[in-house]
Amino acid sequence: MSAQALQRKIATHESRGVTLALILLALTYLILFLGVPLYAVFYQAFSKGWALYWEALKEPDALSAVKLTVIAAAISVPANVVFGVAAAWAIAKFEFKGKSLLITLIDLPFAVSPVVSGLIYVLLFGAQGWFGPWLQAHDIKLIFAVPGIVLATIFVTFPFIARELIPLMQAQGKEEEEAAVSLGASGWQTFWRVTLPNIKWGLLYGVILCNARAMGEFGAVSVVSGHIRGLTNTMPLHVEILYNEYNFVAAFAVASLLALLALVTLGVKSLIEWQARRSGEPLHGTH
Amino acid sequence: MSITIENLNKRFGDHIALNNINLEVKSGELLALLGPSGCGKTSLLRIIGGLDVADSGSLLFHGENVVERDARERNVGFVFQHYALFRHMTVFENVAFGLRVKPKRERHTEAEIRRRVTHLLELVQLDWIADRYPSQLSGGQRQRIALARALAVEPRILLLDEPFGALDAKVRKELRRWLRHLHDELHITSIFVTHDQEEALEVADRVVVMNQGKIEQVGTPDEVYATPATPFVYQFIGNVNLFHSRIHSAWTQQHGDAVAYVRPHDIDISHTQQDPASLAGEIRLVRAIGAVVRAEVAVAGSDELVEIELSRERFEAQPLVNGDQVFIRPRQVRVFDESVKGSL
Repeated sequence: MSAQALQRKIATHESRGVTLALILLALTYLILFLGVPLYAVFYQAFSKGWALYWEALKEPDALSAVKLTVIAAAISVPANVVFGVAAAWAIAKFEFKGKSLLITLIDLPFAVSPVVSGLIYVLLFGAQGWFGPWLQAHDIKLIFAVPGIVLATIFVTFPFIARELIPLMQAQGKEEEEAAVSLGASGWQTFWRVTLPNIKWGLLYGVILCNARAMGEFGAVSVVSGHIRGLTNTMPLHVEILYNEYNFVAAFAVASLLALLALVTLGVKSLIEWQARRSGEPLHGTH
Repeated sequence: MSITIENLNKRFGDHIALNNINLEVKSGELLALLGPSGCGKTSLLRIIGGLDVADSGSLLFHGENVVERDARERNVGFVFQHYALFRHMTVFENVAFGLRVKPKRERHTEAEIRRRVTHLLELVQLDWIADRYPSQLSGGQRQRIALARALAVEPRILLLDEPFGALDAKVRKELRRWLRHLHDELHITSIFVTHDQEEALEVADRVVVMNQGKIEQVGTPDEVYATPATPFVYQFIGNVNLFHSRIHSAWTQQHGDAVAYVRPHDIDISHTQQDPASLAGEIRLVRAIGAVVRAEVAVAGSDELVEIELSRERFEAQPLVNGDQVFIRPRQVRVFDESVKGSL
């Protein structure tokens, strides 16, 4: 029997027809629901030419929306790196009471609708909220201002890094840390020299996903922002406003930036996965 | 460095891992903690190393109480069952780790670190793989690197947790002989944990047999094998046949509820009855394993099977075949009261 004929005997091998049909189905689905919309975004953005596209991006309100989006991401991603690593370390390497409660809490932002998370902040810190009068008395403005947007972004994005690291660190166990300590390393030395290098690809992966979500978040930010042009609009909010004003070229021009960000995220993500595989570090806590 | 353990206790929830342990480890000796899984031997080792904390009791290194001291301050080398090598570091950096994390004023120069690591890699005969990563090494090589890494900080005590447990039989045998030689060279007080009696008896100066959080016996390998202190030790180390006094009072030479323990090689077997106390039986199985021949004898009038071991020489002088009618008689019997019967 030839090698090819033998291969066909293997139980998990399907006939050529079935394989082709499955690939075709998946591809059609992808093109229909992902490819066409992506194409439409860029097509609409450039429909009136480069000049108008450039005009839409350079407009002060658009620039301020980009700036605010970058600020929100620049604060929430590092904050979530610190929180995510600390939480994952605590959960994976120590036994303590209330551990499962902490894991559940970390998942909370995934479970509740972003609009509800935004509302929670309004109820807490808004003018009519619990801490509203106190904040007003001290002249601190959280809601309908930049700090509120940053808070809401942190809330919706905080599971990304912790969720990525917990299974990874659990699979790695704590023997390497124990070995480091028995060799005389301090807590910091153990973290910087042993723990962090072991999770670096997983951490980077989490940062990329967290960043993409921080920049693309709409619901929660929309509730706390107040949509003040040039002040409290992030890029997704700006897109919505432009679209509602029938300014399609400008709306799609800004949207194309977000789409570009998504493409870059995907690229970096595959690069990290490839690097992690090459260095032999499993990304998702499986051996 | 001697180790003294006094009244040590440790519980995990409802499970008593260590129950009032008292033990004296002599300076420079190689001690084995031997017992079935869950007997507390690893807990004891981790407490000595500072990786776990005892609930009560004291732990002295050379007369000095170290209970309050951190693992990093105990100067103890620890070797893990699954090696625990730092996966993102080369073999060289793994061994150098303990030297590099020393406080600045104690740290050696780069040249000195290089010299020491090279020397250690030569000691474990692996200087030729200094640039490789742990994932590129075999299990035996990994464990030797783990040992070199532990020795790099010049520990006063070396602790090994099932060091050969994850290796295959041939490598395991090689490596334990090698460990014995290394210990004879370095004379560092060492404790290793194992559930393999052969390993403990072959490598250690003294063996501590543990069961259910307690020490059953401490002695040289020969002592624990030849004169087991408790029924548990009898059953755990080597094979043994049990005879109940109710049925075989002639063997136990004692009335009341007692159990006689007889090693398979302490039983004489013959085709003719030479002693009225002999038991009659029938050969059920004969199997030659290397230098010894094992036979199973079904005692007449009961469903008991007695295991017998004889040398090949004796077997050849008096061949046994399945179905032979034989008489068996113990040469050496140890009788324990039924109430202290060991549980496995």
